[in-house]
Amino acid sequence: MTDPVLHLDNIVKTFPGVRALDGVSFSVMPGEVHALMGENGAGKSTLMKVLGGIYQPDGGTIHVGKEQVTMAGPLEAKAKGIVFIHQELSLAEELSVAENIYLGELPRKSFGRVDWRKLTEQTNTILKKLNVGFDATTRVGDLSIANQQMVEIARALTVDAKAVIFDEPTASLTDAEKVVLFDVISDLQKEGVGIIYISHRMEEIFKITDRISILRDGQYQGTVNTSETSEEAVTQMMIGRKLDLSRMETHHELGDVALEVRGLSCGKLYQDISFEIRRGEVVGFYGLVGAGRTEIAETLFGLRDPSAGQILLDGEEVRITSPNDAIARGISLVPEDRKGQGLVLGMNCRDNMTLPQVQDLTSGPFVAEGAEVAIFDQYRDRLDIRTPGWKQLVGNLSGGNQQKIVIGKWLSMHPSVLIVDEPTRGIDVGSKSEIHKLLRELAAQGYAVMVISSEMPEVLHVADRIVAMYSGRIMRTFTSEEVTEDSLIQAISGLSGHEAA
Amino acid sequence: MKPGTLSKALNSGAIWGFIVLELIFFSIAGEYLSLSDKAFMDWENMLLLLKQSAPIGIIAMGMTIVMINGNIDLSVGATYAIAAIVLLESMTWPIFAGLGDLVIPVAWLLALLVGTFLGALNGLIVWKTGVDAFIVTLGSMLGFRGIVFMFNGENPTSHLNWTLVDFAEAEFLGLATASWFLLAVTLVIWFVMTKTVHGRNAYAIGDNREAAVNAGIRVGPHMMINFAIIGFLAALSAVVFYSESGSVNPNDGQLYELWVITAVVLGGTKITGGAGSVIGTFGGVIAIQLLRKGLGHIGADTSTVNLVIGLILIVVLILDRQLNVKGKEELKV
Ligand SMILES: Nc1ncnc2c1ncn2[C@@H]1O[C@H](COP(=O)(O)OP(=O)(O)OP(=O)(O)O)[C@@H](O)[C@H]1O
Ligand SMILES: [Mg+2]
Repeated sequence: MTDPVLHLDNIVKTFPGVRALDGVSFSVMPGEVHALMGENGAGKSTLMKVLGGIYQPDGGTIHVGKEQVTMAGPLEAKAKGIVFIHQELSLAEELSVAENIYLGELPRKSFGRVDWRKLTEQTNTILKKLNVGFDATTRVGDLSIANQQMVEIARALTVDAKAVIFDEPTASLTDAEKVVLFDVISDLQKEGVGIIYISHRMEEIFKITDRISILRDGQYQGTVNTSETSEEAVTQMMIGRKLDLSRMETHHELGDVALEVRGLSCGKLYQDISFEIRRGEVVGFYGLVGAGRTEIAETLFGLRDPSAGQILLDGEEVRITSPNDAIARGISLVPEDRKGQGLVLGMNCRDNMTLPQVQDLTSGPFVAEGAEVAIFDQYRDRLDIRTPGWKQLVGNLSGGNQQKIVIGKWLSMHPSVLIVDEPTRGIDVGSKSEIHKLLRELAAQGYAVMVISSEMPEVLHVADRIVAMYSGRIMRTFTSEEVTEDSLIQAISGLSGHEAA
Repeated sequence: MKPGTLSKALNSGAIWGFIVLELIFFSIAGEYLSLSDKAFMDWENMLLLLKQSAPIGIIAMGMTIVMINGNIDLSVGATYAIAAIVLLESMTWPIFAGLGDLVIPVAWLLALLVGTFLGALNGLIVWKTGVDAFIVTLGSMLGFRGIVFMFNGENPTSHLNWTLVDFAEAEFLGLATASWFLLAVTLVIWFVMTKTVHGRNAYAIGDNREAAVNAGIRVGPHMMINFAIIGFLAALSAVVFYSESGSVNPNDGQLYELWVITAVVLGGTKITGGAGSVIGTFGGVIAIQLLRKGLGHIGADTSTVNLVIGLILIVVLILDRQLNVKGKEELKV
């Protein structure tokens, strides 16, 4: 047997009030893709940050090859051949793609000057491998989230890596970029690089990984060979119970049309969009990134002005001019970029959740603390948010738990039209099905729900009807009875234009 | 058009458009309102304007770096005054008596060293304590000014060295010494910010500090270097100005921080850091000086000048915010 490229032994890491890692051991072989799985807050990112030199462990040892090492900082980890692709986009938006890819180690000339030629050349070589549509000098802030993620991934190719850590790299990618990512991973694999792959998407795990290690509440649960296990078994190890993954067959009466859109267009972003959502109905919007789904949601939420078409709420034509306006009319949007748009990282969990309704939660001149805490408690239990208490700063929660705070925030507003953009991105399987259940329940209570998702199982799972979009147009609308995976894929690739319903 | 393009174009070009507008306005208004019959757009007058921009301008270059880096420095005015006192006072010290005119470079060096040291001290405190730069430099602003008053009470500190005055009043290729210093500093800082690793890292830190830390950029030392640079430039500004005037009042340099910050912000540097340009700041400095001079030309008094500049600053900030919000489709929760 070969030796592992990387071996972590008995790692302990504590934060105030949280034992994030409790004696975790873990090793990676050369040329293997090793999945690290666990619920939100199980400690996956923390373990990787210890490995990447961002956190110092309170106990335990790290070996790279045969040599025991201490990772004093991110550059040191990188120098030892460990590349870390972060869960949260870790980019400087105002800088160019090249500067971001080589952040922290720009090539130098004399007098501390940046060697721009070398930088641009190296970057363009990497970008060519990744097959992306932008070049080294593009400003990162001008890229879509998916492309920003590709910039992040490009960092894996800048050095001769021994091990590359991908912390939920596909959370904001869709199928086209995913193929490229998996190619990159298999190339690295052929070169004998060990890959650590963190994801909540079971299909991916079973497609590309060789072994799976599982964490639960900071404790190591064991390692299994991917080929010898099943989704259920892994889920059971992760959450300690079985999960019912069957389709939600809860049928209920549909009410009147709550939201109708007629011939809506917004410049080049999308054209001639017409659909309706009834009370009690969940409508899924499925398509590739750039298909215009998020932009439609933003228009409905008053963030963009449509160039043509009508929006009708309860049969009455409205003009939604701002998010405040949208909220007042009972529309809520759980945005795609939750960290950037939905959270105040330096504020505590409770305040983040009740932020939009603070005006309503008053007792006399004061904010009604009790009511706020009650709301927080309700959604913490509902969404299974892992935090030592409502006083914890949101910035200290795990990635998935931050997402849940945003979702809780908008759900607690009790909107009549709820728009959710990628509601379960980065959320573990257990909570995922919890959120799906919640969306179904909200619909059953008479809300109209619009779900934008790039995950096919998700739309198939929750939606009563599915709108398939391709490059700014609606290709076809399916009911949940008639939809099949094949017809859906065809529609979002633009192959069934004539059948448009 | 990509989102943000408009605001970016405005940020980079607007300041020059604004300057042109000012020139046109003051030329025309000057025809009717001015008391003197000299034209505003006179070549001599413009050269004088460049020279008068130097004290604020030199410091503004340092402020650009510090603000791009995500910090701010309120203590520059006080540092300026301290450096001026060191410059003038040290020339009278008995230990340097034997040096003759060689005392000039020594005094310069001393003043610059003191400025750099005070700047670095600010930087060190910000780095090691993690306290916001606004608070730290607010404290040092008061502290440094206190030192100035402790030194000579309410009295001015004066010393005239004629060799020095000659040097400061000299002109080379039609430009005054102070103008040359401003141009040289602008060039050097522009080089640092666009061409060097340190400059690019400063942008990265101001833009997304966590990303910079994750990438292994050592945030603290970069910040300290930038504070040292602004301290150095505040001292350089004092050195250039007081070589000519030869007398410093304990209140000199007060409100400089505000003028400097106004110029930097007008020049398009983001208050939150991460974006901005040295060339833009240069435009901001010229625009403010034009406004001061132009309003004076048509007979407005100082308080009117301050009022107008304040209003313009607020309008610029509102405009910038508006454009950014529209461009990026931000949530306005
Ligand atoms: N800087 C910090 N301060 C305090 N607590 C922290 C900090 N970072 C992480 N934690 C806590 O440590 C635990 C593990 O977090 P971690 O980010 O490793 O989870 P994760 O497994 O990556 O989850 P996810 O799937 O949601 O990304 C969580 O309970 C989190 O709240
Ligand atoms: Mg994580």
